[in-house]
Formats: sequence, C-alpha cells, structure tokens
Amino acid sequence: MLSVRIPLYLNPGPGMKLRQYLKKRIVPEAIDRQVDRMRKVTGSLGHDPWGFQEDAAKIGMTLVRPIHDYWFRVDSRGEERVPDEGPVLLVANHSGQLPLDGLMIGYTLANRAQNPRLPRAMIERFFPTVPWLGNLLNQVGAVLGDPANCARMLENGEAVIIFPEGIRGSGKPYRERYQLKRFGSGFMRLAMEHNATVVPVGVVGCEETMPAFGNVRPLARWLGVPYVPVAAPVVLPSRVLLRFGEPMHFQPDPEMTEETMARHVDRVRNAISDLIDQGLSERERVF
Amino acid sequence: MSDSVENRPTLLVTGAGGALAQQVIQRLRADYRVVAVDFREEVWLGPDVDSYRVDFQKRGFEDLFRRYRFDGVVHLGRIMSSQGTRMSRYNANVLGTDRLLSLSDRYGVRRVIVLSTYHVYGANAFNPALIDESYPLKSAGLSMDLVDSVELENLATIYLWRNPELNITILRPCNIVGPGVRNTISNLLASRNAPVMAGFSPMMQFIHSEDMARAIETAYRQPHTGIFNVAPQDWVDYRDALEACGCRPIPVPSIPPALPRTLLRALNMRRFPPYLMDFFKYPVIIDGRQFAQRFQFEPERRLETIFRYYRELRYQS
Repeated sequence: MLSVRIPLYLNPGPGMKLRQYLKKRIVPEAIDRQVDRMRKVTGSLGHDPWGFQEDAAKIGMTLVRPIHDYWFRVDSRGEERVPDEGPVLLVANHSGQLPLDGLMIGYTLANRAQNPRLPRAMIERFFPTVPWLGNLLNQVGAVLGDPANCARMLENGEAVIIFPEGIRGSGKPYRERYQLKRFGSGFMRLAMEHNATVVPVGVVGCEETMPAFGNVRPLARWLGVPYVPVAAPVVLPSRVLLRFGEPMHFQPDPEMTEETMARHVDRVRNAISDLIDQGLSERERVF
Repeated sequence: MSDSVENRPTLLVTGAGGALAQQVIQRLRADYRVVAVDFREEVWLGPDVDSYRVDFQKRGFEDLFRRYRFDGVVHLGRIMSSQGTRMSRYNANVLGTDRLLSLSDRYGVRRVIVLSTYHVYGANAFNPALIDESYPLKSAGLSMDLVDSVELENLATIYLWRNPELNITILRPCNIVGPGVRNTISNLLASRNAPVMAGFSPMMQFIHSEDMARAIETAYRQPHTGIFNVAPQDWVDYRDALEACGCRPIPVPSIPPALPRTLLRALNMRRFPPYLMDFFKYPVIIDGRQFAQRFQFEPERRLETIFRYYRELRYQS
C-alpha cells in the first residue's frame, strides 16, 4: 500500500515540474555550483520572503548568460572591488528604457570567479502589478523598490543594486544620453543606517540598446506604466561596459543635515560620472 | 484530589466550535477550569469543560461572567472573512468583542488574548516583505469587507491602552492551516482544484493549527502584553503550496483587474470570496520574530509536514 502512496506524494504538480524539468535540462553544472556557492537565507522549500527561488535563479542565470556574453558582450572591470560579504549598495546610472543594466550588473557579480554574490535589484513599483513578469523578477532576486525592503536586505547582509535616478534615468530620451539626472538621497540614508559599503558603478552602452525619441505620456497614464517610449521595438546589440569604482564608506551621524547628506550623494554621483567618462573613453565602438 | 476543577483559575474560551479553539482548550484544561462558548453550537468537550452556545449581545452572556468570575479570556471566536454578510460580521466581531471586553473589565479579568489576522495589513502590490507590527492597517481602505477585522483590532488596542489591568495581547497570525481548520486557505489546499490569479503567485506563510494553539497557550501563560505577528520563518508561493498539496491550480483571468472581480462576484464562490482576491495576487509577508523572541516560541511543524497532511487527506478521500 505504502509503495503506491509514495509516488503520489512525491508528485510535485505541473508548475514545480516545469521548473524542475528546466533546471535539469538547461542549467549547466557550472551555474548550478556557482549559485550554490552564494549563501541565501531561504526557507525549507528554497524561497525567501521576497519570492527569490534558488532553482529559478539558476534557470535565470542560464538564460542571461548568452545575452551577457554574446548579445551585449559585456566588458566589466573592477567587480573584485565589491566586498565579498556584508551589506553593499551598488549604485549605478540608469538607462535604456528596460532594466537591462541591473540584469548585467547582477549577472557579472554572480558570475565572479572569486566569492560570487547574487545582488538584489530594487525594481520599479509598477512591476509587481504586471502578471507573470512581476513574479518572474521576484523569483530571480529582484525586489520591490521600497526603503523598508532595502533596509531588510542590508540587515541580511545582501548586496543591493540601486538606481537613484529611478525612471528619470531609464526613461530619458536618447538625446540626453549619459547625462546623470537628479539622484534621490534615500540610498545614502540607508547606507549610513546599515553601515553598508557603497560601490559606484558606471554603465556604458545601455543607452544605445533602445534609443528613445520621445514618450507617449497619455498612453503611459492609461496603461499605468511610468513611460511608453517612442523607440524601435528591438533591443540593439550594443557593447556594454561596466566599471566598478572604489568602495565608499559613510559614517552615520544623527546630527546630519540635508545639506551634508546632499554633499555625500554628490560624491557618489561624481564618482559614477567619472566611471562613465572612463567607460566612454575606453569604448572603441558602439556595436 | 486537591487540584479539583473548581479550584483552578477559570478561563473563558470563545469560538469553541473551531479546531483551533479545541486544540487550545486541550492544552489549557489541565491547569485551568475552562468554560467554552460558541455562537454557532454547544460543543461537548468532556465533563471538565462547561460549554455554552451564547450570543455575546444577549443578556445571558453576562450571567456567565457572574457565575464563573473568569480570570482570563481567550477570544478566538469570530466570523471569518469568508462567512456571513458584511453586517453580520461587523455585529458579531466588532460589537460582540466590545461587549466581551467591557464585561471582562467589569468582572475583573486579568489576562486577555485576542486572535486577529494578518488580513488587517491588506493585500497591496506595494507591500514590503516582513511587515512588522507597526505597519499601517491598510485593509480597511482596500476592501469594505475586511473593515470588521481592522475595527476588532482597533477596539482591542483601545482596551489594551485604556484598561492595562486586562493585560491584553493581540495576535496576528499568518494563514492557519491543518486538520479540522475550515478557513478559506485551508479549504483551498484541501480541494482538488483551486483558483489562482493568472500570472500571480504571491509568497505566503502557513502555520499549523497545533503550532498556533501552542502559540496561544504560550502567550496566555506569559505576562507580556502588546500586539504580535505570529508566523514561522519560512515562505512559499501560493502555486507551489497548492502543488505541494497535490491540488491543481485553475487560472482565473487577472487583467484587466475589473475582470476577475466581476467574474468572482458572478460566481460568488464561498471558498474564493472576491474581496480576498488580492491576497491571492499580492504578498502579505509578516515578520513573526518579535513574538518568537519575547515568548521564546518556535513553530515545530515545517511546511513539508503541513502539505503532507493535505496530500494524504486527498489520497484518503
């Protein structure tokens, strides 16, 4: 009797089967081991409170690899500067309409030979309302961009990718490429409160992946999305350069005024600006 | 027998018809003289437990306080969000609790446990994960049908501060599941097919009813007052939970948002009420660490054990 019951119990159902099937069929052993090396705080079934799922992350990494290696031919330098453990804020410029810059930074660190880390990307607030996509992003480690979430992540000693420009950066038209928009100061507050290392990252090349020439505001409002770019509906294969800067530390100070805070934010912004200039001067051709 | 039932401190447990209350009574009956009440039925719980079917609003309820001079109250009796009408839930849950707490105050009760629910936080796409006890109770703003849950809590909180001698502890558990539990999520896990919102599979937390009963017992026996989330440090998404229970997910079209709401209202399924729809779309992940630390409480049953029960249940049927 028992022999009949066990197979039935072990039947994980169609959705879990698909994930297990994909993991078995497409995930190479190297990626399987690479993700296992990164310690994550997960529950008994491999999930964390934000929806991260180990097997989904392995499948995601497998699918991103050809995009990283062959479509964008990412050239990264300085990723070894990101501390091996402890809370880290990876602060980068945002561009290219789609959050591909976050994906490339995340993959680069996860693929690092020495002490790989799977950073968590803070995503726009409208993503969780989009069916399938919202869940998918959560499963591979992206998190709703809420300060409370970021604070918890840093408490857990995670590396977090932040774009302080937000949609001001990603949604800007092509004519404003490589111009840094206003930086929010929330990340600085969090870095100080949680004693997190700030690593500035300059992203070059994502601006050219989807050049936009305008924004259809009424349509964006109607769809409930931040912007609808007037752009070719393809992601162009431009070369992407990632430049990781020197880690920065900011001491918490309860007496800190907004002005001092803004000066600290400017230091990070200037560092990113320098890294972008470095990337642009090192870039030999766009595609 | 020196420790006769009459000499023990008396304890009123409401909602005695429910599986959770019966497990709580089982744990406390050795040390307390338990009086069990339920508004649905008179439940036979053995010769040492006096059981009554009462309506909190009726005068007879006060007679119980006069007769037994309760030392403590464990308030688990409430009409769940999936039952009754909005008005009947409001009357039973809010006005009933008000009467229970005012009688407790008048008759010198010294310890009160109120069972709330994580539903009070409300399901919202913008909820951060690991919500702590100070997070705003957004539920009332999101659905009129959950107003009674929030009001019940607000009322208990008012008593908590205004009548400190009642020593009130409010518990906000995550999904309570397990043998005999008849709430929405337990019924869904036990069913052969369960609706899911297409493209959405929110993270969820589950606590076994035996663990929850132990949490209530632990809370009752310790003097710490306040408001506490009760949830294990373990998480799973809804679809994986269904599938781990051997239940087939049936997708309900989810966009535009008006469509599933209209559809569910038209179907009017008891086991998938339209106003709980968002709890199957967006996560409400609570942080139970404060309760765990203060009361030294750790749930014993893991998700695998919980889901195995539902798989076995299906196999047996």
